Parts: sequence; structure tokens; C-alpha cells
Amino acid sequence: SYTPAPLFAALNFLSHQRKWAQDKEYVGFAALPNQLHRKSVKKGFDFTLMVAGESGLGKSTLINSLFLTNLYEDRQVPEASARLTQTLTIERRGVEIEEGGIKVKLTLVDTPGFGDSVDCSDCWLPVVRFIEEQFEQYLRDESGLNRKNIQDSRVHCCLYFISPFGRGLRPLDVAFLRAVHEKVNIIPVIGKADALMPKETQALKQKIRDQLREEEINIYQFPECDSDEDEDFKRQDAEMKESIPFAVVGSCEVVRDGGNRPMRGRRYSWGTVEVENPHHCDFLNLRRMLVQTHLQDLKEVTHDVLYEGYRARCLQSLARPGARDRASRSKLSRQSATEIPLPMLPLAETEKLIREKDEELRRMQEMLEKMQAQMQQSQAPGEQSDAL
Amino acid sequence: MDPLRRSPSPCPSSRPSSPRTPPCEMLGHVGIDAVLDQLKIKAMKMGFEFNIMVVGQSGLGKSTMVNTLFKSKVWKTTLPGLVPPIPQTLQLHSVTHIIEEKGVKLKLTVTDTPGFGDQINNDKCWDPILGYINEQYERYLQEEILITRQRHIPDTRVHCCVYFVPPTGHCLRPLDIECLQRLCRTVNVVPVIARADSLTIEERDAFRRRIQQNMRAHCIDVYPQRCFDEDINDKILNSKIRDRIPFAVVGADREHVVDGRCILGRKTKWGVIEVENMAHCEFPLLRDLLIRSHLQDLKDITHNVHYENYRVVRLNESHLLPRGPGWVNLAPASPGQLTTPGQLTTACRRARDDSEDGF
Repeated sequence: SYTPAPLFAALNFLSHQRKWAQDKEYVGFAALPNQLHRKSVKKGFDFTLMVAGESGLGKSTLINSLFLTNLYEDRQVPEASARLTQTLTIERRGVEIEEGGIKVKLTLVDTPGFGDSVDCSDCWLPVVRFIEEQFEQYLRDESGLNRKNIQDSRVHCCLYFISPFGRGLRPLDVAFLRAVHEKVNIIPVIGKADALMPKETQALKQKIRDQLREEEINIYQFPECDSDEDEDFKRQDAEMKESIPFAVVGSCEVVRDGGNRPMRGRRYSWGTVEVENPHHCDFLNLRRMLVQTHLQDLKEVTHDVLYEGYRARCLQSLARPGARDRASRSKLSRQSATEIPLPMLPLAETEKLIREKDEELRRMQEMLEKMQAQMQQSQAPGEQSDAL
Repeated sequence: MDPLRRSPSPCPSSRPSSPRTPPCEMLGHVGIDAVLDQLKIKAMKMGFEFNIMVVGQSGLGKSTMVNTLFKSKVWKTTLPGLVPPIPQTLQLHSVTHIIEEKGVKLKLTVTDTPGFGDQINNDKCWDPILGYINEQYERYLQEEILITRQRHIPDTRVHCCVYFVPPTGHCLRPLDIECLQRLCRTVNVVPVIARADSLTIEERDAFRRRIQQNMRAHCIDVYPQRCFDEDINDKILNSKIRDRIPFAVVGADREHVVDGRCILGRKTKWGVIEVENMAHCEFPLLRDLLIRSHLQDLKDITHNVHYENYRVVRLNESHLLPRGPGWVNLAPASPGQLTTPGQLTTACRRARDDSEDGF
């Protein structure tokens, strides 16, 4: 007799469908979000986070606290004399975090040397160039022929650290934020916030918010709540948004509070600052908003808004009348890239490559001459060889 | 504020660190697994799209099958006496519906191919079908290369083509072989044995084996394709499916009462064929494959493989500028290119040779 074997028993997410299947009208695509889930779990998740701000504001400690890793294990804080000649560098560190079966490949971009020099003019330019290079790489990959394994190295979020000791944003802060605000999602953060009393914190936050508005700096906008959420959640959401910039304290040391519960904190002789206490600092809010609820949205805004803006600017600048005759005939608004050449490398890099090739050629030529000379010497050992 | 960007609220039945619970978070928990909830919520808000094409001669139950699959009257089915005259040429006919289930919205587009294989001379009857499929790829490509792109490019590409094989009981006909060979290169094809209630179980199995042999002999690679199995779990699951393809299906959109239950089926004098009964036909397998388990995979393969193949061919066909292969210049496709994208036209080949000479 004919007994059909279960074909899809391997897919465990169908289990809850069995109870829905009692419903005659049930087609079955309600589990589509779960199908996506399976793909994401298999593929894993990439995220690139940049931290910027001058040294000594607790950036490394905060990152370690946020992601419960020790990314900065081998770090050596440079001596004062070394800092005199230090220029801004861009460093990348990667770590893989796995939780609940999902793997996140986190890349951290650090900017040591920012704001350290005596003369900090234009010290943000390497950062801007770095961000744009990632966009450019992605644009090249996306326009290429083989799109199977595009690596997304674009910076999805920039945590900018503001000093708690100042009176708001300083000119360097404003200059940096102005340079990057249309290119990356900015989340401003007040570092080492345990240096401030509650009233001072509120005043500083308000001052920073006012300054951001005056200078027309666009930071990352956390999206609105659904209108059908309950009042409690809406209130909580509004509170979180009002606490931007987040005043954070980081720590990887475990202390015990009065009730002997272990928690992360900083122990002073006048008391202990608890990192995860919402009354003490905004660490929990930052972690919640950055990691638990808005990780995907940050990536989407980077891709749908910031990257598209870069791409449109790039393609439009190539289409300007001076560049190509055919392109000038097309309308500018819904302009297609059909007649626009997309260079594989920026001109500066092509020139650099040409220079490098020239160098190589010269070196090879020198070597050839040397070899020739050696051959001549070995052929006529008795003769005096000319000076080379 | 963009209506799609809403602050995601976690489902009440979720993990301990939901913002609604008091802040007693675990010491060692970052909370990164919440990103899955974020993806799910976003997907539910955006809704899903699915485009399916049914190919087969008239009378094989294509419209009924679509109605049965989606349990809604996507099309009006007609009795043999009232059928409109068979069109002289193959005309494609698309219908779009938005159906919703348990909060998930699905925009379903079904493309029918009346007139397929019904003429006396059916040579090249697959051309309009291939032309339609490639036209959808072209439309997507043109949207993708715009300077100011839409946030979400509307996806009209055919994700799955269900090919109805008539229940002759022998083997694949020449028309089937010609058509399947061409279709499989451009789109995901799921062949089914139509109106399988005219075959007994043993006849179905024999027919199925012969069809599988035919497909192997003629290099017809239907969905799920062996080369896209990503890991061992996929391989195991898909091998089981590949063993049963083509599914022997029966479609019905009338309900009958059997043993006190109300079920979909076809009532004859000798019994009722229950569509959802695995002992009667394999419709549940087709439905589970298309909708409940592999819908996203069908879309992914269409996007990552078939569409990419089309795109590469188009990019290679376009004029290459003297600066070298890195420069891409994409003129819109002429209608002739759409039916045979696999072959470089001689004009383009000449242009490429010229540019290589000048380089």
C-alpha cells in the first residue's frame, strides 16, 4: 500500500503551522518571515561601527562594555613623546559575536590620533576619505560583473564622543561632524559621564542639542513609534530619544553592589557607578537602541539613503556636460546611467599604479644591467672590468 | 518620516531583554539576536512579492491549480463547453492580487499562457514566454542602473514557472523537452503532472521515473537545482524533493462533504478525489514547496543566479569604450535581443573587436 513519507519534516518552523492548518483558509505564507530568518541565520550579519573622538574619553572601554569583548587586548597607549608626531590613522578590528544562534561579524573602525595634535586642521579628512572609499568600493563591486560575494565594508554607524569637561561642542567637534554627517549615521555620545552631576548632564545635553540644531548637523534620527503601540512603550521610546546625546560610562570590571549582586561598574571611594543602572548613565539606552532595536535600521539607512546619495552624486558628476557629449542630452532628474562610463578606479589611484609600474620597470632594468655586467665579468675573468 | 521606518517594538513573547520588562538585564548578554526580530518586523511591514507563471496546454487545470494553491479566486475557471476560442498566438496574461494572512501581506502575480502548445505548428511557441521573462529582467536592470534609484525596486521578475505535463503516462513529449530545456536556463521551473487523477498510483510512479530519466538525458535542470545546495541540510532536504519531482497534482475549487468534513475535491461516481489528501495526490507537496518552505529560496535563486546571468550577458553585449573592460556602457536592449540573450549579436561582437584593436 502507498504511504507517503514526510518530505518537509526537516523544517522545524513548520511545527506552528500545523496548528494553524486546522484553519481551512490557511494558505501558509504567514511563515514567510521565518523563511527569511533561516537565511539570515545561515548567512550571518555584518556590521561596521566607527568610534571617533579625542583620546581619553573612554571609547575603548565603552566598546568592550557594549559588546562584552576585549577588542583592545593588545593595545598600547602611546607615550606623550610619541603623540607629538602622531598623525591620524584608521584602524580596523574585527570580532565575531554569536548569540541565540545568530552570528554577527562586527568590524570596529577606530581613529587613534584624532584631535591629539597641536594643530588639528583637516585632521578629519582621512576619516572622510575612508568612509568614501568604502562607498566607492561598494559601488564598484555593485556595478561589476561578478556580484556573488560583495563584502559590505561601509561604515554603518559612527559613535562620536564628546568631552564631558567642555561647554558643549567644541570647534573641532563641529568641524568633524559637519564633514561626515551626510556620509554616515552619527550617534553623539558624552564619554566619561560619571564626571558630571545630574543637573550638569542635563545642561550639557541641552547645549549640545541646541548646537547641533544651529550648525544644521544631521545626526541619526531614530524612527517614530507605531501609532498602535501602547502608551507605556511610547513613553519609554520618547524618554530614550530625549536622552540623546547618550551620557555613558563604560567598565569591564565587575563590582558587587550592596546586595552582593555582581555587576559592571567603577568603584570610587565615595560610591560605585553602576554601568547598567539607568539612573547612573545612559549605557543601557545606548545598548538597547544601537544593538537591540536599531542595528538593522542603521544598515538600511546607510544603504538606502547615504550610499544612494553618494552613488547619485558620483554618477551625476560623471555625467556633467564637460565629461561626455552623449550624456548631456539626457534629462537630469530620472537620468539613467546607460550612457555614463563607470571608471573602475579613481584617477588618483590609476596614476599611483602607473607610478608604481614605472618604479618596478626601473628596478627591473637596473637588475638586468647588473646581471649583464656580471655575465661580462665571468666571461672574461682575466680582463680588467670597467667600473660600473 | 518614511512610513516604512518605524521604531520596531519587540513581540511580547520574546527574549528577556525586551524594553517592556524592568531593567534587570543579564550580565553577559549583548542582545544581538534581536536583529532577527528587527528583520522580521521590517519584512512583515514591507510585505512580500511573488510572481508565478503557469505554462501548459489548455484544459490541464492551470487556473484551477492556481486557485487551489492560493485558496482564492485568482481566476474564473471555465467548464469545457463555455471556453473562449483558443487564441491564434500565444498571449501572456497577468493578474495581480494582494492576499493577506496572519498579518503577512503577499502581492501575488500570476501569469498565464493561453494558447501554449495548442496550435497545429507549435514551433517556437516558447519565444513569447522567454521574451516576457527576459523583459522583466530588463525592466529590473534598467531600474537598477538609474542614477536616482527607487528605494525598493518593484520586482516583476518571474520567480517560478510551473510547467504542466499532460498525463499521457508514457514520457515527455518533444514539445515538453524543447520547452523545458529553454525555460530551465532562464527561470526556476517546477514541472508537475497535471490532472493526475487519470493515472493510478503505480502508473504515476512509472511515469515519474520516465520523466526523470528524460530530464537527465536532455540536461534539463529543474528546481531545486543540485548545484545551488548550500550545505548538507539543504542537500538532504532537496534530494528528497528532487526524488518526487514532478509532483502528480490534482486541482479543485469546489468543496464536498466527506465523512462529515468539508474538503476540496473532485466528485465522481466512483469516489471523491481529495486534493489535500496525500494518499490521493501530491498537491500538498507542491503547495509546501512553493509557499511554505521554498518561496524565499525561489526568489533568491531568481535574483542571485538567473537575473545575474542575464545582467552579465547584457553588460558584455554593451559597447566597450577604448579605456578598457572596466568602463560599462549600457544601451537599452532592442526587442531582438530579448528572446535570445545567450548569443552575442554580430554587431556587438564587431564593436568589441574594434575597440580591442584600438586599445
